[in-house]
Amino acid sequence: MFRKLHDPGPAAVTVHIDGQPVIAEAGESVAAVLLRQAEGWSRTTPVSKSRRAPYCMMGVCFECLVEIDGYGSVQGCLTPVRDGMRIVRQQGRRSLSA
Amino acid sequence: MRPDIIVIGGGTVGAAVAYGLALRREKVLLLDGDDGEFRAARANFGLVWLQGKGLGMPAYQALTRDSIARWSGFRAALETGTGIDLCYRRDGGLVFCFGEEGLEGRRLELTRLHNQYAEGEPDWEMLDRSSLERLVPKIAFGPNISGASFGRRDGHCNPLRLLAALHGGILRHGGRIRHKASVERIGTAGRDFQLFLNGETLTVPRIVIAAGLGSPALARQVGLEVPVQPERGQVLVTERLAPFLPLPASGLRQTEEGTVMIGATKDRSGFDVSTTTQASAWLSRKTVDIVPALASARLVRHWAGLRIMTPDGYPIYTQSESHPGAFVALCHSGVTLAAFHAEALAEAIAAGSLPDTLSSFHQSRFDVSQAA
Repeated sequence: MFRKLHDPGPAAVTVHIDGQPVIAEAGESVAAVLLRQAEGWSRTTPVSKSRRAPYCMMGVCFECLVEIDGYGSVQGCLTPVRDGMRIVRQQGRRSLSA
Repeated sequence: MRPDIIVIGGGTVGAAVAYGLALRREKVLLLDGDDGEFRAARANFGLVWLQGKGLGMPAYQALTRDSIARWSGFRAALETGTGIDLCYRRDGGLVFCFGEEGLEGRRLELTRLHNQYAEGEPDWEMLDRSSLERLVPKIAFGPNISGASFGRRDGHCNPLRLLAALHGGILRHGGRIRHKASVERIGTAGRDFQLFLNGETLTVPRIVIAAGLGSPALARQVGLEVPVQPERGQVLVTERLAPFLPLPASGLRQTEEGTVMIGATKDRSGFDVSTTTQASAWLSRKTVDIVPALASARLVRHWAGLRIMTPDGYPIYTQSESHPGAFVALCHSGVTLAAFHAEALAEAIAAGSLPDTLSSFHQSRFDVSQAA
């Protein structure tokens, strides 16, 4: 649905979404990178398990919660990407041990 | 409809009494305040709880036992009548203990309570750490947890659904509810009471004052001094997590939806419902001491509510001697006691007099002359 309009050039970094390497641009948000993927969703809800994608992009709606480098329920739209970042789409309720 | 009886206060206590009166075919009108008021019913933790309650007041222990014994039947009728699932579970409840002295102290406290009540076998047991781990295998406890007391009769429910169901039950059984209806003054006209609110006057033969912290000012107008003070309690709530805590614990319970409620502080700050970082820090630290893995859970809410506390912490149930037909029902444990309020208390109010078994809860116990 979304695509990058320019080549990030030397600002390119690699992040991992559910283990898959993905090219991103330093400074953009995790949510923006997620929206560019063929599967643009970020999590499934704790109750109905339906999919959610980044929506407000400004920290208000909490639809873009993902696990980032082991920390759960992080707002993807407020988190800039870093090289080597590991992003995991959240499935339903998190487990306590996660 | 001209009401037979008006209940002042639409929280869990007033709504339970009004529901019970409606079930008994009384023409009941419930007057609820507005959203700007201190609504303890909407800040509640949701325990339906016995263990540890009533030290020095065996009548309170008996009252709590009575209500818990009624809870399943009360719940079934309310759920059938309204279609609202109260999420009530009574699989027992835990109080975690720190260190060997904590475990021993808890055992002594519960033994003392048992001896004061002195009926039947204990309905609680002490669990050492390994028994506790067997009971809740999904939790890796912190190193200082030595065990827990386990109360067989303890349970929990969704207190907001309880309140909604009580309101629904009142309407279903022919009662009425008015919101934003704050009673400004109570007068009398012959043997009737006159309630003044928003320029309107309601005339009714009987009233029940169950207005929480707003009760003293109203009760005084029917000849009753009911001493209550606000006690602030603060609660934290986490994001929804996969089920790990199958039993409620004092200060820690996982709801049906998965959120973890963490409670609760106690302080006297007057009519102040603001939250403090001091409280969130203390609550968080104590919780992580019990379940270290909760350190990674996200907190999504933090709120404060005001408990309705009498000087001894126990309820007040009374009828005015100078103004017969005016009752007061006040307590802190409105959820646990909801079944009693809807059944035995409503029955007694409908009959016009409170039984001797409730005499321990008369507000005259606070009169100075009795203190000697």
